[in-house]
Amino acid sequence: MYDVIVIGAGVVGSLVARALSRYRLKVLLVDRASDVGEGTTKANTAIVHAGYDTVPNTLKAALNQAGNAMFDDLCAALDVEFDRCGSYVVGLADGDRATLATLLARGQANGVPGLRLIDGDEMRRREPSINPQTVGALYASTGGIVDPFGLCIAAAEHAVINGVTILLETEVTGFLRAGDGRSGAIRGVRTSRGDLTARWTVVCAGLWADDLRHAAGLDTFRITPRKGEYFVLDRRAAERVGGIYFPCPTAVSKGILVTRTIHGNVMLGPNAVEVSDKHDLATTAAGLNDVLGGALRLVPSLDTRDVIRTFAGLRAAGSTGDFLIDAPHEAPGLVVLGGIESPGLTASPAIAERVVELLREAGLALEPRSDYVPVRRGIPRFSQLDRDAQRELIARDPRWGHVVCRCETVTEAEIVAACHAPIPARTYDALKRRVRVGAGRCQGAFDTPLVIEIMARELGVDPLTLTKRGGGSYLLRRRTKEVSP
Amino acid sequence: MTSLDCDVLVIGGGPAGLAAAYQARQSGAGCVRVIERNWELGGILPQCIHNGFGLRVLGADLTGPEYASAWVRRALEAGVEPLTDTMVLSVAPGPRVVATSATRGLFEVRARALVLAMGCRERPRGALAIPGTRPAGVYTAGTAQRLVNIEGYMPGERYVILGSGDIGMIMARRLTLEGARVEAMVEILPFISGLRRNLVQCIRDFDIPLHLCTTVSEVRGRDRVESVVVSQVDATWRPMVGTEREIPCDTLLLSVGLIPENELSRMAGLTLDPVTGGPRVDDRMATSMPGIYAAGNVVHVYDLVDDVTESALRAGRYAAEYARDGQTWADGWLPLQAGRNVRHIVPQVLSPTALAKEPCRLELRVREPIEAPAMVEVYAGEGLLASRRLRYARPSEMITLDLSPSAAGALNGADALTVSVTPREDGAAPEESA
Repeated sequence: MYDVIVIGAGVVGSLVARALSRYRLKVLLVDRASDVGEGTTKANTAIVHAGYDTVPNTLKAALNQAGNAMFDDLCAALDVEFDRCGSYVVGLADGDRATLATLLARGQANGVPGLRLIDGDEMRRREPSINPQTVGALYASTGGIVDPFGLCIAAAEHAVINGVTILLETEVTGFLRAGDGRSGAIRGVRTSRGDLTARWTVVCAGLWADDLRHAAGLDTFRITPRKGEYFVLDRRAAERVGGIYFPCPTAVSKGILVTRTIHGNVMLGPNAVEVSDKHDLATTAAGLNDVLGGALRLVPSLDTRDVIRTFAGLRAAGSTGDFLIDAPHEAPGLVVLGGIESPGLTASPAIAERVVELLREAGLALEPRSDYVPVRRGIPRFSQLDRDAQRELIARDPRWGHVVCRCETVTEAEIVAACHAPIPARTYDALKRRVRVGAGRCQGAFDTPLVIEIMARELGVDPLTLTKRGGGSYLLRRRTKEVSP
Repeated sequence: MTSLDCDVLVIGGGPAGLAAAYQARQSGAGCVRVIERNWELGGILPQCIHNGFGLRVLGADLTGPEYASAWVRRALEAGVEPLTDTMVLSVAPGPRVVATSATRGLFEVRARALVLAMGCRERPRGALAIPGTRPAGVYTAGTAQRLVNIEGYMPGERYVILGSGDIGMIMARRLTLEGARVEAMVEILPFISGLRRNLVQCIRDFDIPLHLCTTVSEVRGRDRVESVVVSQVDATWRPMVGTEREIPCDTLLLSVGLIPENELSRMAGLTLDPVTGGPRVDDRMATSMPGIYAAGNVVHVYDLVDDVTESALRAGRYAAEYARDGQTWADGWLPLQAGRNVRHIVPQVLSPTALAKEPCRLELRVREPIEAPAMVEVYAGEGLLASRRLRYARPSEMITLDLSPSAAGALNGADALTVSVTPREDGAAPEESA
């Protein structure tokens, strides 16, 4: 019997589990994917928003503002890369000046600090690659860029370090209920690995929040997946992009933006297209074309030869338009989060605190642990260290001197560490998110055979069982000279 | 930091690096070291178990491993000192190189001359922005070649190959011999991008369907590739609506081009040629920075290893001379310009004083194929400096032309040389060649 089961190990669920791990509780974090952060967390714009574009007096506005303010301490405690580099909303036509003024007023209403309108000349001086037709911009000093999967992994690992149990590749198929089993209090979940009982269940299931709400017999809240497509550009392109450039927003999204990423690449996107399939992560020629067009309007000198990857993510857009964080009285024992679309990443640490408060108000006894470990340290990134630090690591373990991924300068020691981390990397993509093998300009063409060998050795498995991201995503079919199984 | 000094340092232990190091020693350099990231020397050759290597340079039809071992032996016998399992982290003027290995840790090499021989890498899927899902089962042809030939694994059973580069064609045959099915090879251009002999020996002889003017317009499959959609393309290379055809497969191999590996060149601040992606070199294979030379696929992508070796022998010799004299003997450069139907040309500049002393080899590629007798011509201003008759001209086959020292006297104060490849006016019918 757990005190709390958290369904969904995305950035929100992982931060909720971490927040609960401060207390003397038996907590389970469960996800059906092969790694944490395999949903919306791994495919988004990776921006910590300042909070000038949320509608005042909404949960989105309040939690954006609160979450943004938490990022410096959070990322320091979790050893996650975060850069409060500031962001710009760029006006490209005279009509955009009014939009910029509206955003400024809204930001002030939301209590966002560090907002300032700058004119076209100043914008061009600050960001020389910006479209020369720029008429002005709204500068937000509190905007930043973060590693979203790094944050999720760190939060989940911090939770595990503090006693939370994590169960991956475990799909929740329904709820256990007291009494007649249909309308009584929620007492846990049915999963692909059997029933798990708990006093409280928190649903952080992203795109599947509505399905789980319905499974609990709740209302008609709906999630509509809204696809966004992206390009990732070689680090070379970062010479032209100093920060975050948003266009003036549209009714459905913040628009197609150009941003530097925390890892030094440039990212373009996203567009916004409603889709019906929650698994539809396919990019389309039309969508990519739209993204490129939008990005080139902001930075006309972008070079498509710098593209190293394209991907798509799905926003979990809720039918209320706002975040839903609810402990419904029809289903005692249940807390459901829904509609955690942008600015969900920014708000995630504040959402986690809100969930804890909700549970406290509902009667969960929160007794602080005396043995709580307040910080979590990640795997050092060899490429980011100075020569002295690099030398020290190699002296300690020669595998720090063996570079396996050339483009991102990832060493064997980093791969080994990721395979033995509190939440081990068990798939190629999991490893990529932890240490960046294959995330560079050759996209794994060079490192893949080496990584397969090292992972199989460290995990003690046959290379034929390794996958890209679990399930049927096998990397190798058979040995040569063998017949297909 | 520990420091190793040497006369000539070569980065890359593939065919270019081995030949450059060998020749540097033969030309009198004292200490010559080669840094190689792999555990063994030879670069990509150990995984190229097909034949066709060394016909010109060694007078024998060898496999990749045989050709590599011949040059490893030569280099070692010449006294070249290899540093394997070692990755270069930075290159700075001096030249000074910082590298790391598990056995040596972090160390610096100060060299009197440096030869860049990092080779090239394969263009990945992301660079093409092929729409669709991102399942497992998309590999570059070279990665698949390593998995099959070195590691002993088959990445899949049913393949579609995008692009008609040489590695793609070689792999089509190799995978077929391993019992897999190659459903199709599709090439966006109206002509193949690899060598004609590979088309005959690897594609036609194995009845592999080849579709020109066709591309992969979508990848399908959630976990693993389940199929790809291929489409014919229009004149602007865009897939044409209505021509889509779905081909079930579990693996998509990419053989869509090689990119010279020049992150270190960029770091060192060398001038790069925007067309080749490689450093700008002169007729001595010297880059824009004194004491730094370049050889092989890092300069531009070659079709044949023999040509790589020959370019590297030159680079090794001149690097050794620079290590000895500390200066080049050029006193001014003449740019070489790509004229009609020429995509790029190496070297990008040449020195008239150097040319007066010995011949200079020009290496170039055409933009469009000429399937008829053609002519490569070098002009100094209006004056024809040199020419060579060609049976045909194809983008997939590098064209060479040697300028003789006598050409130096005919420059007539021109401020640039222009090279063009055009159909021959007296041309007969196209000749079939394999």
